[in-house]
Amino acid sequence: MHISFWGRKMDTKFENVYLDNAATTMHKPDCVIEAVVNAMRTMGNAGRTSNKGAMDSGRIIFDTRLKLAQLFNADGPAQVVFTKNSTEALNIAIKGLFNKGDHLISTVMEHNSVLRPIYAIEKEQEVSHTFIGTDKKGRLLIDDIEKNIKSNTKALIVTHASNLSGNVNDLYTIGEIAKKNELLFIVDASQTAGAYPIDMKKMNIDVLCWTGHKGLFGPQGTGGLCVRKGVDIRPFTQGGTGVQSYLEEQPAEMPVRLEAGTLNAHGIAGLNAAITFIHDTGIDNIHKREICLLNRFRDGLKSLDMVSFYGDYDTDERTAIAAINIADYDSGEVSDELEHRFGISTRPGAHCAPLMHKAFGTVEQGIVRFSFSYFNTEDEVDYAIEAIRKLCLE
Amino acid sequence: MRQKSLKLIISFSTTNDALFCDSLCMNNSIKGRLIPVPREISAGCGHAYMTEPENKEEILKLFEDNEVMYEEMRIMLY
Repeated sequence: MHISFWGRKMDTKFENVYLDNAATTMHKPDCVIEAVVNAMRTMGNAGRTSNKGAMDSGRIIFDTRLKLAQLFNADGPAQVVFTKNSTEALNIAIKGLFNKGDHLISTVMEHNSVLRPIYAIEKEQEVSHTFIGTDKKGRLLIDDIEKNIKSNTKALIVTHASNLSGNVNDLYTIGEIAKKNELLFIVDASQTAGAYPIDMKKMNIDVLCWTGHKGLFGPQGTGGLCVRKGVDIRPFTQGGTGVQSYLEEQPAEMPVRLEAGTLNAHGIAGLNAAITFIHDTGIDNIHKREICLLNRFRDGLKSLDMVSFYGDYDTDERTAIAAINIADYDSGEVSDELEHRFGISTRPGAHCAPLMHKAFGTVEQGIVRFSFSYFNTEDEVDYAIEAIRKLCLE
Repeated sequence: MRQKSLKLIISFSTTNDALFCDSLCMNNSIKGRLIPVPREISAGCGHAYMTEPENKEEILKLFEDNEVMYEEMRIMLY
């Protein structure tokens, strides 16, 4: 077999096995791609006038708001705000909800898209925070939440699932805690939107932040937040809205209160098609398929003592992420070997989850993350298992 | 895991600089590629550029001419 350190092996079974779906899903349904291409050929700027192009764009955007409100059981289409990704959505929520002297509770499972805004408002607005820890399997210590509530605690900010371990948090229980203590409940659903059931009303979620390009199978550049009626978030951006143009401040009405400028309508058209795909396929079916692939992967590596897993894999109530290391090899080296020798795409390093790495003790080594999609195959999983086996035996 | 040999590893504080390096090397026929930054250099993620040690002076000149910022250049086993 030809081994080129500078390029891929050309006689591998697959051109590329993409197992980095937690970063972004690469395989999108054809209907999504077609919808984006069609949108680029036909759409004007929504909400700016009533010419055909603008109305076509406006109708698709409105329909997508409706679909998302149904998907997440949000308070209607007006409460669905589009952003370019979940990072922007989280920044809007975190920077727009707190006042000087407030306290918030979050967790060590969070991504930097939650942590960095929290650090920023600590510096800028003297908003203090407490991070709830995890056990050695990375499971949130939910019982510690109520112990850390203070008189000035305003909100809980919790990820639905860790982007590193794949562990899923029980939002029903956490939502009950928020409700009982009259706290706002802000959820980062970047890893679960489209791949795991979410019900804002049953989970008592006040603000749900999500991204379009991962489990929702939509294009990059789409995302948003769903806001419970009555929760007022200070506008993050001021600009054109197509309505109330003589007002000097951003209108009070949702969703334009939190949307300024031209939306990514081409991307939202793709997202619309993606949500239809998810609805027709069924989130439960998507989740079952992904967990089946994850369990196959884990079962295939069980006998290899050199492989360590991070997270709780004794449950199917998790996302399809496998976080591993091979002995004490640098995660970056392992990932590079997998990519350039076997054509298997993974993600190494810190994953923008510094506190989770501190909790796992993997700050120096990092972790190699494999993340499976509905569109991956058993053959691809078996190929990845074989590649890891070869690396272990060498 | 494969056998290692001495390589020039260049680390950057931004992906933009790493990609700029990648582009300059490609356009100037310098053989190399981007890799995950080795943990011996940094645990904080990001890209590094890996090439043969003898390319160091040529790359430094390209960086100077194009104002590419880098963090560290190290010759190490990779």
